[in-house]
Amino acid sequence: MTLGRRVARGFGGVARGSGPAILALLATVAAQAQQVTFDRILHADREPQNWLTYSGSLFSHRHSLLTQITPSNVKNLELQWVFQTRGPAEPVEKFEATPLVVDGVMYTVLAPNHVVALDAATGRMFWMYSPRLSPLARVCCGRINRGLAILGDTLFMGTIDGHLIAIDAKVGRPVWDVALSKPELGYSLTVAPLVIKDKVLVGPAGGEYGIRGFIAAFDAKTGKEVWRFNTVPGPGEVGHETWPPNSDAWEHGGGSIWVTGSYDPDLNLVYFGTGNPGPDWNADPRPGDNLYTDSVVALNADTGQLKWHYQFTPHDEFDYDSTQVPVLADIQWQGRPRKVMLWANRNGFWYALDRASGEFLRGKPFVRVNWAEGIDDKGMPKRVLNATPEGTLVYPNNQGATNWYSPSYSPRTGFFYIPTWMDTSSTYTKGPAEYKAGNQYTGRFPTMPVPPLRTGPGNVNTRTPQEGWGAIQAFDAKSGELRWQFKMSDVTDSGVLSTASDLVFAGGREGYFFALDARTGELLWKGNIGGQVSAGPMSYAVNGRQHVAIAAGSALFVYALRQ
Amino acid sequence: MTRALALLLLAAALAAPQEHSYTQADIEHGARLYQSSCAGCHGPNGDMVPGIELHRGQFRRATNDTEIMRIIQSGIPGTTMPPSSFSDAQAGAIVAYLRTAAPASGPGREGVSVARGDAAKGKSLYDGKGQCGSCHRVNGEGPRLAPDLSDVGTVRPASELRQKLVDPDALVRPGNRFVDAVTKSGAKISGRLLNHDTFTVQLLDSNERLVSLSKSDLKEFTFVKSSPMPSYRDKLSAGELDDVVAYLVSLKGFRP
Repeated sequence: MTLGRRVARGFGGVARGSGPAILALLATVAAQAQQVTFDRILHADREPQNWLTYSGSLFSHRHSLLTQITPSNVKNLELQWVFQTRGPAEPVEKFEATPLVVDGVMYTVLAPNHVVALDAATGRMFWMYSPRLSPLARVCCGRINRGLAILGDTLFMGTIDGHLIAIDAKVGRPVWDVALSKPELGYSLTVAPLVIKDKVLVGPAGGEYGIRGFIAAFDAKTGKEVWRFNTVPGPGEVGHETWPPNSDAWEHGGGSIWVTGSYDPDLNLVYFGTGNPGPDWNADPRPGDNLYTDSVVALNADTGQLKWHYQFTPHDEFDYDSTQVPVLADIQWQGRPRKVMLWANRNGFWYALDRASGEFLRGKPFVRVNWAEGIDDKGMPKRVLNATPEGTLVYPNNQGATNWYSPSYSPRTGFFYIPTWMDTSSTYTKGPAEYKAGNQYTGRFPTMPVPPLRTGPGNVNTRTPQEGWGAIQAFDAKSGELRWQFKMSDVTDSGVLSTASDLVFAGGREGYFFALDARTGELLWKGNIGGQVSAGPMSYAVNGRQHVAIAAGSALFVYALRQ
Repeated sequence: MTRALALLLLAAALAAPQEHSYTQADIEHGARLYQSSCAGCHGPNGDMVPGIELHRGQFRRATNDTEIMRIIQSGIPGTTMPPSSFSDAQAGAIVAYLRTAAPASGPGREGVSVARGDAAKGKSLYDGKGQCGSCHRVNGEGPRLAPDLSDVGTVRPASELRQKLVDPDALVRPGNRFVDAVTKSGAKISGRLLNHDTFTVQLLDSNERLVSLSKSDLKEFTFVKSSPMPSYRDKLSAGELDDVVAYLVSLKGFRP
């Protein structure tokens, strides 16, 4: 065991109030000494002062075990530092990254692909790395990035022009750089990579450009591709029969990867959600279920072989990507322990699945839904609406009941926390869609009263509640019951963080960052940080102090208790 | 100068920035291309990227149709605007659509709307019989509570202006909504909503004061469902409505 490792383990005690000065010194040494092994990532719960993966753990709970900030003292939160990015970001260049923190050093990504290493205590920069990006890159929904992965001394970042780059975490220089596809065809990487064992897993965004999606694993040392799973199966692959015969629809069938997956080491399965089929809003070119779009796929982490899949929205016409982080929870299910997966989907239903077998356990609406009358016993939506040439009014709207924003699960409360768009609708009017390489391949853009992106300059919100509002909802994972909801006037693109001291942190488009009681939803603290929150909060500790970080607008804000 | 000549000159001035003539087929083709390829970022009404209002002819970098076509085809390096493989004809069709679509007009709707009435007569009606100036403001004159109409001719098509005159409740845009608030101490505050969030409300009250309220101090906070504007369906003849619409269409703002 290294010195650094002892520091890491000892840190949990710091949060409970012992020897911060000595440990601060040791932490400095640790930052220079230890590498991030996969064993550390696998057991991230042993070092809650760090945040080693996009969602904080491979089960993707976005749940911090730090307990220094509590419901009773959260009112004493104070801004510690702000990291302003270079100039005001374009509104489509939202700051969506969740930082990593490793032994006092924070790593994050400024839109679109500027990597920085910061002192987690002061926000001062160690280095910055900006790869040269192809001007041909085309991105659907902003030149953005959701974050990094780390293994050993190496960081991994996907770029908007479709490269995966390994970066030396100490000096910010590239180690290797591989191109996954041609950026001019719309393949871009916005996902924070996922490290499993010795591999780095990513997949492309681009479902609005007629891409054919995949999840690929790369050797972390060399960048060599080890396996690839096509989210739209080709001829001869299982699932290809869900695409029209004698047609090239599958070649442009979408199935993007927008957010990071999860991993169960006991099952050796890695889980990813997949995006919409292409074209988004005119399904005429693609009769059939269109596997594996709008699905969760469970893959063998070593080979990429499909173990099981579950499709939330077969033959989607409403852009209901399954771009959500799979939340893995071990809970008592009808009297016996069960490995489940919790999933609040863009289509307005939230699900519980058996994550070993893929068996459908439960599917319930969590917002106003009119496109389906429910989910049947086999897990199939009872669909009642389709896009029409005249226009069809559909709840929830095109951005969905929730989207890529991270939910949270607290093993303490047993609650599943979902950032939610309430009472939103879109009118889908079926329009022509013709594939042309590099052009958007969507059909006609639906209309909706709530803009998909909040764009300034302008007022935050003049809408009525009937046009849509936002909430943080807490559902009991076991019973499926709604326990509380915190209402916001505007919708939210914020992720949710829960903590082991029973706090929930989240934000919204209005520019507030706030703390709620994880058991009751009571508002305990709020700060006005001005910019739209389009990222997930995370927590770490440095120098014996718990911090909470949130990106908003074009800056990163970091809070800790007043000293 | 005769009225006919004035209208001719006005028409010429409007046409000047446009270097192409657009057919209805071009416009409809462009509308389809726009909705499938551009609306994802620019929004269905062309106003979702700050500083750019495509449907109002407000561009950051282009001053004429050729430049817009070049940007559609080549993109703008270093920005979110990607290049495309649109042909000249396709890019031209998108420009035709952008140049003729008014905000909030959807694909398939008619593009340029023609005001049939007499703008000078319309101004007299605006000032006199219609008493529009008792609520609205034009070029710095009039109260501030109702929507400022100084550039309404550039942002609203004639058909929508006419509908608004006869049926004011049909479409109240988010920026023109009125709210009523009652504080816990019983004070009533009404005005045009400028912004609201979970905790606060900002409005221009009926005394033209900028007011910010905390929702926790309010007993009631309600959106006024109907427009405060009266209907002119029975107050003005069809010809008079045409005249008022013609006047409103002629209002192009300080920097037309």
